Amino acid sequence: MAVGSSGFSFRINTVTHPVGDKTGRFMIMPLLAAGGLAGYFESFGFISPTWGSIIAAFIHVNLLLLLVFAPSALGFIWLERKVSGRIQDRLGPTRVGGRFGWLQGIADGAKLIQKEDLIPAAADAMLFRMAPYIACIAAFGAFMVLPFSNDWVAVSLDVGLFMLFAILSLEVLGIILAGYSSGSKWSLYGGMREAAQMVSYEIPLSICGLVPIISAGTLNLSEVGQLQSGWFFNWFLFHDPFTFVAFFVYFTVATAGCKRAPFDLAEAESELVGGFHTEYSGMRWSFFFMAEYGAMFLVSGVAAILFLGAWNTGIGPVDELLGSLGWLGQLVGMFIFILKASFLVFVQIWVRWTFPRIRIDQVMTTCLKYLIPMSCTLFLGAVFWPLVLAMMTAGENQRTHLWGEPLGERVSVQADQWGSDR
Amino acid sequence: MGVRPMTGGVILFYVFAAITCLGAIGVVLSQNVVRMAFWLIVSLGSSAGLFFMLHADFVGALQLMVYVGGTLVLLIFGVMLTTTGQYMKIQSSPGEGVLAGAVGFLVFSMLFASVIQVDWSNTTTKIGITVPMDDTTETYNATGMGNTARPLGLSLLGLRPDKDLGKDAGSSLSTGYLLPFEIASIHLLVVLIGASYLARAKRRAGSVD
Repeated sequence: MAVGSSGFSFRINTVTHPVGDKTGRFMIMPLLAAGGLAGYFESFGFISPTWGSIIAAFIHVNLLLLLVFAPSALGFIWLERKVSGRIQDRLGPTRVGGRFGWLQGIADGAKLIQKEDLIPAAADAMLFRMAPYIACIAAFGAFMVLPFSNDWVAVSLDVGLFMLFAILSLEVLGIILAGYSSGSKWSLYGGMREAAQMVSYEIPLSICGLVPIISAGTLNLSEVGQLQSGWFFNWFLFHDPFTFVAFFVYFTVATAGCKRAPFDLAEAESELVGGFHTEYSGMRWSFFFMAEYGAMFLVSGVAAILFLGAWNTGIGPVDELLGSLGWLGQLVGMFIFILKASFLVFVQIWVRWTFPRIRIDQVMTTCLKYLIPMSCTLFLGAVFWPLVLAMMTAGENQRTHLWGEPLGERVSVQADQWGSDR
Repeated sequence: MGVRPMTGGVILFYVFAAITCLGAIGVVLSQNVVRMAFWLIVSLGSSAGLFFMLHADFVGALQLMVYVGGTLVLLIFGVMLTTTGQYMKIQSSPGEGVLAGAVGFLVFSMLFASVIQVDWSNTTTKIGITVPMDDTTETYNATGMGNTARPLGLSLLGLRPDKDLGKDAGSSLSTGYLLPFEIASIHLLVVLIGASYLARAKRRAGSVD
């Protein structure tokens, strides 16, 4: 599968389904079955492996821009306006901007591009220019390991979730650099608040992410999604009581992690003018918001993969049918995944326009005194759950068998894909 | 030592190596603490890129999580919040420059001497990647492409999928890294408890009662 001797490759991983017909998929979809786009370009003969990889990387990046940037920057901002208009009875978003207000986003984009790119005299110009890019690249770089459908992932890693959190945690670097380099006290306050908030909220975020991982036995997000195929009670949300609670704790923490209201103290406009982005204007300002919406979609997608059955419909026979359709089924799976993630983004927007902003000390108290102990308890509970279950339910001979097994259940991809006899 | 063909991997290696070195030089040359931290993060981040190119995904992710994130925390809570203005700019005297340059030169000469003494000609041909795990299991990764997490995790539990222990059964080789892992964990726990004790003791001494 490695592309030439180049040592690096960008590919959409292809693993053959037991259900799907391997040769058939090669015939129908040579682009996706040739071991990734890089392999496809190499098959022409006149393109070297290096250039094949570069062209493939370019196409992948553009696909991500089309599938992730466009819906997040345009779609979610449109959604945010409409939802806020409905909830808070704001007349503007429900009336203006073409049919259903679709022109408003384009008008915003045109306005932001035309605005002057201001840099304050007191600012550290290099860091000030760099900060929005860091935030944006970190938020969108993490999509690299996020699978969009069965096998459809840019880089499939065995440390997928860990890698995702590692890249996402770099977003806060951009925020803090923006706060510091603006040379403004409002910005510095915003940056400091963001730093304190993120350093504390990353702990329960990681621990809650690990709770379904204990049941899955793998950090590879593709495999976590695969394990939840079949009926919806196979979803990790319904796996045990601890994962059920962990979903809600994770979602709360993830909302705070994206600095969304009611946890948006870094930009609290009632106290700090604009927080870390007070001094920014035009496109650099909008990069922070693209990063925010990208991160919202990312954490919602992770929630969908870890708890809500990823790209599976939750109805066993339908999943089986989609699996037999090959790449078409994968396409449908991608839309199901995006739908689930977008629903969670909608909930985040709903929460933002419903709850009042809480104070910074309340934000820290919520995390350090409640969310961290809760997530640690859930983690321990999820560890002990299989043992307790084995003692309560299994017969004498089976009990010894279960005690001897590793805690996480590893189901091979080939055997029992649709959970028919789980 | 023949000249390597300029494949994508080699080009990327040069890019990451150059960014790592430039970041390190930036740390030395800049005088603002925050810029130093920024260059340090650039340097550490691109060395994480070098780890990814070696297919050491776990180590690379760890580098991003621990060093880049850790530097950030160090920067904010260690430097920006505790100093009062005068340390934001660090201006070193010429004597310090000479001393630091001498130390840096000594370390560099030691590294350089040890690097050129190794015969690298054996490593110019790539070694085929063998998958230590059961190769009948279908995984999502191309074989051997960075899926080091499971062998590493098993090694920490005392299982070594990369070694044929049946062959080395008589030797005194440790079967895994369970004991070093536990020692490191206890060490970190001691440090944590010590740190919280020190922080508390200071507050108690300053309080009224």
